[in-house]
Amino acid sequence: MPSSFRLVREARVEAATFRRRALVGLLLIVAFLVALAGRFAWLQVLHHDELSARSDANRIVTRPLPPTRGLIYDRNGVLLAENVAAFRLEVTPEQVDDMPAMLAELGRVVALDTDDLERFEALRKRQRSYESIPLRMKLSEEEIARFSINRWAFPGVEVVPYLTRSYPLGAGFAHVVGYVGRIDENDLARLDRGDYAGTTHVGKTGIERFYEERLHGTPGYERIEVNADHRPLRVLERVAPKPGQNLHLTIDARVQAVGEAAFEERPGAAVAIDPRNGEVLAMVSVPSFDPNLFVNGISKTDYAALLEHPGKPLLNRVLRGRYVPGSTMKPFVGLAGLEYGIRKPSDTVLSTGEFFIPGQSRGYRDDVRGGHGRVDLVQAIAQSANTYFYSVALDLGIDRLSAFMRDFGFGAPTGIDLVGESAGVLPSREWKRANLNQPWYPGETVIAGIGQGYWVVTPLQLAQAVAILAARGTPHVPHLLREIQDDFSTEPVPAPVPPARPNVMRNPDDWIAIEQGMVAVLASGTARGIDRGFPYVIAGKTGTAERFSRTDETWTSISTSPIERHQVLFEAFTPAETPRIAVIAALEAGRSGARDAAPIVRAILDAWLPGDIAENGPPPAAAGSAP
Amino acid sequence: MIDELLANLRYRIGAVVRKPRIDFALFGALLLLMGIGLATLYSAGDLDGGLVLAQALRFGLGLTVMFVIARVPPSRLRDWTPWLYAGSVVLLVLVTLLGEGRGAHRWLDLGFVRFQPSELLKLTMPMMVAWYLDGRPLPPGWATLGVVGVLIAIPAGLIAEQPDLGTALLIAASGAFGVFLSGIAWWRIGLLLGGFVALIPIGWPFLHDYQRNRVLTLLDPEADPLGKGWHIIQSKIAVGSGGIWGKGWHQGTQSRLEFLPEHTTDFIFSVFAEEWGLVGVVLLLALYVFIIGRCLWIAAEARDTYARLLAGAIAMSLFVYVVVNGGMIAGILPVVGVPLPLMSYGGTSAVSMLAGFGVLMSIHAHRRMRGGKS
Repeated sequence: MPSSFRLVREARVEAATFRRRALVGLLLIVAFLVALAGRFAWLQVLHHDELSARSDANRIVTRPLPPTRGLIYDRNGVLLAENVAAFRLEVTPEQVDDMPAMLAELGRVVALDTDDLERFEALRKRQRSYESIPLRMKLSEEEIARFSINRWAFPGVEVVPYLTRSYPLGAGFAHVVGYVGRIDENDLARLDRGDYAGTTHVGKTGIERFYEERLHGTPGYERIEVNADHRPLRVLERVAPKPGQNLHLTIDARVQAVGEAAFEERPGAAVAIDPRNGEVLAMVSVPSFDPNLFVNGISKTDYAALLEHPGKPLLNRVLRGRYVPGSTMKPFVGLAGLEYGIRKPSDTVLSTGEFFIPGQSRGYRDDVRGGHGRVDLVQAIAQSANTYFYSVALDLGIDRLSAFMRDFGFGAPTGIDLVGESAGVLPSREWKRANLNQPWYPGETVIAGIGQGYWVVTPLQLAQAVAILAARGTPHVPHLLREIQDDFSTEPVPAPVPPARPNVMRNPDDWIAIEQGMVAVLASGTARGIDRGFPYVIAGKTGTAERFSRTDETWTSISTSPIERHQVLFEAFTPAETPRIAVIAALEAGRSGARDAAPIVRAILDAWLPGDIAENGPPPAAAGSAP
Repeated sequence: MIDELLANLRYRIGAVVRKPRIDFALFGALLLLMGIGLATLYSAGDLDGGLVLAQALRFGLGLTVMFVIARVPPSRLRDWTPWLYAGSVVLLVLVTLLGEGRGAHRWLDLGFVRFQPSELLKLTMPMMVAWYLDGRPLPPGWATLGVVGVLIAIPAGLIAEQPDLGTALLIAASGAFGVFLSGIAWWRIGLLLGGFVALIPIGWPFLHDYQRNRVLTLLDPEADPLGKGWHIIQSKIAVGSGGIWGKGWHQGTQSRLEFLPEHTTDFIFSVFAEEWGLVGVVLLLALYVFIIGRCLWIAAEARDTYARLLAGAIAMSLFVYVVVNGGMIAGILPVVGVPLPLMSYGGTSAVSMLAGFGVLMSIHAHRRMRGGKS
């Protein structure tokens, strides 16, 4: 059967062909699979580290846990800044299909102003779409209720509880404690992103700003495993945040409140300092504003109202007020005369009502027509006799006078623990050359001797100078931070205090005549009776500064000037022999230092007294005002 | 009559149990692969026992089908081939007209079961090519190739139209392997491949947008990491983060946390690679090579041309699944819906795959005996 053989042979050939092809096929398959395995090796060995990192980045989200801000108290434990529970609206952009439409709709349920929306948009650009973004802070109960009813219509929008800053004493401490506000672009530039991840607010002014680092605390974090929808599944690691430190200030809230009230809303400032250590006991700037307005973003109308207010409530007069010190400088000028040895306390000057620089015809006047007669240092201070100080200043010369005044802190920021302090103006040749590019004239030395002319001081500078004087020349840096508490389980510990600078006086005995003069101011001088009923002897000095110098030709009109022509001041310390408080008050307008500024100082001293008695025991019964 | 039928049925079932016509090497390898598949699925499905049970039931169904087909002699399969082929093409036409499916008309709902007719072609396609070539002088000439071309093009075109380009290419490949194994001259292969490559730029505009996107995405997945590139990127991360030794069973965060899409079906290989690392991947690929090699061995031992070509084509198509799926999860081939044989979750694929192995078992049982009379 040849055909059968042929078939068998053909079948054998076909089978052989197939076996060859199958072998080739298998080899090709193995080659392909080896290549595929090579690709896996490339991914799993060569790129393992990179892809492994991306796998972890996929699944692990680090969520910051913002710390709780430290609280702020006054020296007696009165709460000045606290954290209170509030509610805000947060939006998760990822879950919102049509953001503009949703915001428009939401605006009908809960009021959203343009500030809210602008801030929201700015944050939205920076954050990832699955992170929720605060939209409206501090919802009212009514708003929460309204939103809750409609919440089904707003997927991705949630009411979230949070802690917000609150200032229970409001305007009374706006210029001391300051306020926190929402972190804005400027803040982001200076703050550490890591430390502020999850934090929404930062100190903007005052203590809140200066001690931001202490108050803020250290954030913690949670490392959370999430799935592809960013839904948290479990916490892998949790590092708790460390709350900010609680700060106890040197301020006595009661003294502060009394001081503020004493201004009766007249623009001005008052400062009380403990001359023994530089602790600021009160620091009043009137008018003030409610710092709570700023915490969650002040509305445009509120802000405009503050800006347009004639009393400039946003101006911190203590730090940046510009006052001509006037006669409050006289004790310092008198002291300079003693310290430089050009006067003895017993030296007298004849006040005739007008003082002339030898060889010049221009007259420098006294407050009283006809003058005070022959006065020594004590009388000159008590009666505020200009001529005495004209002559001292002229004899000192401007260089010695400004050098002496510089030691008392004039012309430079005091270094208090607040931001934004002015340097004021200490008259000197250098200052005039630098700022006016003019030479110094002797007449300017004369008026500098009574605190007029180029002089500009801040209330804080003046208070510091009085404190240095009261401390018999020992300069302490004024400061507001008294104690620091790490957390509620520990006792507050004293804050580090800037060291006192070396004593600025050469002869301690020189102080006595000045103190006597300032005591005489209240006993028989320009501020007679201000100390009536006060248990300690008060040393003080009035100042009624002209906006124009006494060389002005309108002497008569100024002598009967309207209130607006005067800046009035009063400085004091007590007890006169061993001072424990130095106070100054400055009003931008007033009749005289004695009539308008001195009562404010007295009110502050009265408010201070109970605390002082509690600390130092009752005053000796015999003490009291001298007749 | 009924008693007779029942008796016959009992005898046949008994025969399946008593004398299963199986190749134990292949069967053992398949059981091992299914075991690995179920374990990976248990992990990928986040320890969902129900999922594994459902898949195990499908494996059971598939194995039953395999045993039944294994008892059908290849000669009878050959006689049925044209009808099976014609029937599956008719079903394809039907599904194109009234089928349902997510965005693509693939599924046919018969009331009690829903299935994809294209799965049938995975078997009937190589059967038809083998049947046709069996009657022709070999190696095939252009005329024969032309007819085979038409036989391949009709179902492949219908499936590509669904649109399911991946499956269409797989089925065309299974037919083409039959031609390759029939001994087609190398120069003809060269010409055909050259022509195919030349057609690519012409065919490009006829692709659907999503198909073109898949190819473009492959070239640059980072262009749209959260959209089109997501699958490729997340799969590469899963594979690469597995490293040499893997993260361990059920430790693969990419799938467990749902970064990896389709991680029980088309992307189950990523899960395996993430959890078992390069070592696991190499061993799994070796297992596939063993199965394919064993199938080719069975083919070489086949009694006639039909059985040989059929067995060989089925064996080589298996390789295409592995390479296309593996290439996809490793980010070197575009995302196409090709399952990993006996690993991916899904009934139709498992059953059709095991039915194919049933054919191989049958061919093995009816092999040419060495030294025996043919």
